[in-house]
Amino acid sequence: MLLNLPFITVVIIMALGLYAMLFKRNLIKIVIGLSLIESGVNLFLVSLGYRNGGIAPIYTNAPSTNMVLPTPQALTLTSIVIGVATTAMLLSFCMVIYRHYGTLDSRKVRRLRE
Amino acid sequence: MSKIVRTQASFLYTFILIFGFYIVAHGHLTPGGGFQGGAVIATGIALVVVAYKFDEIKRRIKKTSLTAAEGIGLLSFIIAGISGIGVSFFYNWLANSGLLFGESVPYGINPGYLNTAGTLPIMNLAVGIEVLGGLGVIVLYMLHFVKGGEGNAA
Amino acid sequence: MSWDYFLNHSPALIIVIPLLAAFATPLIGRFSRKAMYIWITASLALTEIFSIILLYGVHTGGTMVYVMGANPYNLSVPPDSGGIPVRIILTVDSFGAFMAFTASTVALAGGIYSIACEHSQTGQEKYYALLLLMLVGMLGMVLTGDLFNFFVFLEINSLASAALVSYRIDKGVAVEAAFKYAIISSIGALAFLFGVGILYGEYDALNMAMIAQRMKFTDLDKIVMALFTVTLAMKAGAIPMHYWVPDGYGKAPGGISAMLVTASQASLYGVFRVSFTVFGLSANTLTLGWFLIILGVLSMFVGVTMALIQHDIKRLMAYHAISQTGYMLLGVGVGLATLGTAAFNQYGLAAMEGGIFHIINHAMYKGLLFLTAGAVIYRVGTSDLNKMGGLAHGMKYTTIFFMIGALSIAGIPPFNGFASKLLIYESVYQFNPLLSIIAMIVSILTLASFVKVFHSAFMGPKIYDVKEVPKSMLIGMCILTFFIILFGLFPNIAMTYLVGPAAKALANPLEYIARVLGGGA
Repeated sequence: MLLNLPFITVVIIMALGLYAMLFKRNLIKIVIGLSLIESGVNLFLVSLGYRNGGIAPIYTNAPSTNMVLPTPQALTLTSIVIGVATTAMLLSFCMVIYRHYGTLDSRKVRRLRE
Repeated sequence: MSKIVRTQASFLYTFILIFGFYIVAHGHLTPGGGFQGGAVIATGIALVVVAYKFDEIKRRIKKTSLTAAEGIGLLSFIIAGISGIGVSFFYNWLANSGLLFGESVPYGINPGYLNTAGTLPIMNLAVGIEVLGGLGVIVLYMLHFVKGGEGNAA
Repeated sequence: MSWDYFLNHSPALIIVIPLLAAFATPLIGRFSRKAMYIWITASLALTEIFSIILLYGVHTGGTMVYVMGANPYNLSVPPDSGGIPVRIILTVDSFGAFMAFTASTVALAGGIYSIACEHSQTGQEKYYALLLLMLVGMLGMVLTGDLFNFFVFLEINSLASAALVSYRIDKGVAVEAAFKYAIISSIGALAFLFGVGILYGEYDALNMAMIAQRMKFTDLDKIVMALFTVTLAMKAGAIPMHYWVPDGYGKAPGGISAMLVTASQASLYGVFRVSFTVFGLSANTLTLGWFLIILGVLSMFVGVTMALIQHDIKRLMAYHAISQTGYMLLGVGVGLATLGTAAFNQYGLAAMEGGIFHIINHAMYKGLLFLTAGAVIYRVGTSDLNKMGGLAHGMKYTTIFFMIGALSIAGIPPFNGFASKLLIYESVYQFNPLLSIIAMIVSILTLASFVKVFHSAFMGPKIYDVKEVPKSMLIGMCILTFFIILFGLFPNIAMTYLVGPAAKALANPLEYIARVLGGGA
């Protein structure tokens, strides 16, 4: 049960993010929901590499050589960088939409229909 | 912001910059590397912009110099990758060769030696400069309308 | 710097050249605008030359393997690693080289077109840098042999194209379209990353050939297969995940709409690569094939019926792009459903060839149609069909190019749409006659809606006093027309050199795995 705790947390975080994206109307809250889903996926990737009793995979002054896997950490780092770039771009879009439409309510930002 | 916050911000700004460059430079030995160090330095820029008014910072930290840093960082990264194209793309031709970053690394647990790992520290520095430019410009554009609060925060 | 060096290193050089050009463009653009235009055209032309070198190399030497950072360049399994491919490996087979040729041709046409279309806008150096980065994303997606590398290039593609869709921020609607596109692409890419994480946790490998060899098809793998197929079909614009396509294609600038077509087709390449190579040996290909067929039939039918009622010229063409994607899914889906049975050699391989031939045909004629629509909007100023009329009086060349594109998409000989649609009709009829009849009805409805566009935009009395569009826009349209007429009059050139080897390479996953894990060369 204790070893499954990171994966249960991943499911809870992704469910909260999905709820925020589907049911909130403010555009900034939609971006927050997307950011929560990203955090959930990153946590899932990092917790895949855990080995029992392992330490951080760095050889500089390491106490022992029983280490966790380093590859998922590289994947997570790339994903975090992509997440930063995506969030910055989406928030810039929100700023420009506010300047042109005057509101951030997703039911009113609807000039493109059908 | 109040006088206490402004004094502490300008005092801490130098230390944040040094810490960020330390993380960038030791990327091949300890956790860190290009993106992490660049993000720390951009956080330092955000601290100074929030503490002072934006008009006072506009003269010291210019958007054009940060954009130029971003361009220079990107070009150095791709040129460091291409420099070994005679063998293959991203070939680490400086490792174990005795030139700039070229000592050999002993196997197993060691106290970290800075002079190792070939083209990796060069690419770390290039990415660090690029990220501080990119994230710095984003922070400056988004905090464009920050005006400092009047007097002391009661 | 001999010919052998360029041939062997071409998978890496074709990604390096637009990447270096993209990073250097803002610095060059700050000094002189004319130097930037020459730099862009030279780098796009050099990428096209390298894609032809790549086609030649794969045609003569089989699947090419390039390992990034290894000494020598094709050492995929180092001798002290215990049989595991350790670095990021670019695996180029005929299908990948075919897609790279398509992507670089449309990018060349779109880039030259944009020189005149965006001549009076600000921020041009960032526009061209993003255009080259979008090309890097597409080329990386079709040339890589590693699942996480595919995810990284997919994200580069999505972010660069979302930023380009929102280029005209003076009209706020483009930013709203780009917001929807960016949110939907990000969710899709995160679902893809979740699937890659599950596969890594099960098999401890990220290379496509390694996963295909170790695959045991447990229940978790069924979940991963569903995630991959639905996410990549969403990025390709299949029904029922198509909601970003009319907004995204409709509000992009002129040359970018043509390149978004090839960006969607790179995701379609991802669907086929995952279905045939990663899961092809162990999954039940009949079920997966029928799933792709049903997606294809839905896309064809819903796309064309939604297109009949539009009155905005670019949204209409975007719905047609959805319906033509259905043809490609139908053709390759029939091939996947008959894989491994005796019927494959009778009609399955022909259906796959029809679907793959349709990819390059669709890129050419849909790109040409989007470029002509961009030319019309450039001169008239609006994109509403009710307000246009009588443009054939002033814009003669644009009318001729539009007619060529409209006859191609309806499948009329001697243009290239006829060749691939005939292959799909005949081979799918032998699989199941109802699917072929639906495909023919969709083709008739396509012709109907393009007759409507031609009549309302170009025919009629002269309302606007317009001149012809500038020369560089016409040169961009000419490049695509050349390929339309070439593949229409001589389809056997395309079949023997481009499409035939691609279909054979896609249907043969064992050779792909053996080439990567056998040490390359």
